[in-house]
Amino acid sequence: MDINDLRSAVTVAAFLCFLGICVWAYSRAAKPGFEEASRLPFLEDDEPMLANDHTEGK
Amino acid sequence: MQTEATYNYKVVRQFAIMAVVWGIVGMLVGVLIAAQLVWPQLNFPQLGEWFHFGRLRPLHTNAVIFAFGGSALFATSYYVVQRTCHTRLFAPGLAAFTFWGWQLVIVLAALSLPLGFTTGKEYAELEWPIDILITLVWVAYAVVFFGTIAQRKVSHIYVANWFYGAFIIAVALLHVVNSMALPVLEAGILTPKSYSAYAGAQDAMVQWWYGHNAVGFFLTAGFLGMMYYFVPKQAGRPVYSYRLSVVHFWALIFTYMWAGPHHLHYTALPDWTQSLGMIFSLILLAPSWGGMINGIMTLSGAWHKLRDDPILKFLIVSLSFYGMSTFEGPMMSVKTVNALSHYTDWTVGHVHSGALGWVAMVTIGSLYYLIPRLYGKVEMYSRDLVTAHFWIATIGIVLYIASMWISGVMQGLMWRATNPDGTLTYAFVESVKASYPFWTIRVLGGLLFLVGMLLMAYNVFKTVAGAKPVDAPVLAPAHA
Repeated sequence: MDINDLRSAVTVAAFLCFLGICVWAYSRAAKPGFEEASRLPFLEDDEPMLANDHTEGK
Repeated sequence: MQTEATYNYKVVRQFAIMAVVWGIVGMLVGVLIAAQLVWPQLNFPQLGEWFHFGRLRPLHTNAVIFAFGGSALFATSYYVVQRTCHTRLFAPGLAAFTFWGWQLVIVLAALSLPLGFTTGKEYAELEWPIDILITLVWVAYAVVFFGTIAQRKVSHIYVANWFYGAFIIAVALLHVVNSMALPVLEAGILTPKSYSAYAGAQDAMVQWWYGHNAVGFFLTAGFLGMMYYFVPKQAGRPVYSYRLSVVHFWALIFTYMWAGPHHLHYTALPDWTQSLGMIFSLILLAPSWGGMINGIMTLSGAWHKLRDDPILKFLIVSLSFYGMSTFEGPMMSVKTVNALSHYTDWTVGHVHSGALGWVAMVTIGSLYYLIPRLYGKVEMYSRDLVTAHFWIATIGIVLYIASMWISGVMQGLMWRATNPDGTLTYAFVESVKASYPFWTIRVLGGLLFLVGMLLMAYNVFKTVAGAKPVDAPVLAPAHA
């Protein structure tokens, strides 16, 4: 077995790993977690925080 | 429920302001070197060699990529990672070190490049002492970023942080490997001059493995992190498809590393390596467009917001340019197309459709979102100026890339034209002469983009002047 067999094996393994990720990403099991994660930027209200003076009308 | 602690916005503010400053400096140098091509006396030969095109061109690329782009990436990544992990920045002392260290790197670059210190490697011109400083800053950056993720108060790591994280790790790897060099000893003293640790075709391959992944991970993955946070926030709705964003991420990670050889078509690089680089570049179209669609479709159902929100205009148009240049790039990596496009202005146009259209536009949009929030303001001082900036910048980009397309294809056709007896139809200098009108249009396009940045600087100044820096409180995690 020469080193190129190992290189080919690594490439194939990486490709299978990627396919696995695709299957997992589109599986039903991953969905609730993704929905939770996609709301992460919205969990807190970050509407512009006014500095201490609230005199500005806007 | 709010806790007493506040997010660390200080370092975010510092980097955000410096991004605007370095953007102007880098683009000003860009306009100058574009003008030098039209009016050679602007090289100021009577003053010495310091202002020559060859000295200033790396200064322009380093300033816009690493000073402007880099500062924007530091600012937004520090902001996003804190807010999506619901925790303060890890190791604030180290975070401050990344700011001052990075500014020192930029100043050293601005001094050493015009003075002529260069490794001669494109986008990696800085000599070894500065390379070591970059490495130290980058390790500190990784510690701060991943430390913050490690102490997160939520279970998930938001997709933007995956992109920022990949950008930090990949750039560390690229920088260290490509910067391996032997310093020159002179009379027993180390000099700032060095020679690459690699030789010949290997050196070229390592360089373009670095060079293309600087595009892939610095100018793409990092800014996609920006996109995945600021587009949903400004549109007021979660990303179109989170599962697509996961596939988008891993597809980019698995493919980008292989695309570098397309910079070395028809060189001494082995033929199979060139073809491999071309194939992987073509594959890259899929994840790139997946990401673009994901960003643009985030706005679906809220398209009307695009009409009067200039920040969204910046963000969405940046994604359009991202789609355009990631279509153009794979096309140009096809060997037969590359035979026409390589070494011409087409490449320069392609780079700027990515750098101005995608990187700068998404950065500008994100900064307009970010800066008021860091200073306790509802929005920027003038919304009209933001709109004006958008249109001036867009027209500038279109002038820039359209002129470069035309001159690039023209140059490629002139260089390959032969007479029936096999001699070249045109001398090289004839293609230079024919390029002048397009180079003049490019100066105008670049100048417009710079004017847009000056409007931004004024707008930022009016927003920030007299305003109190505000650090938002860290929110207690939602109990799921």
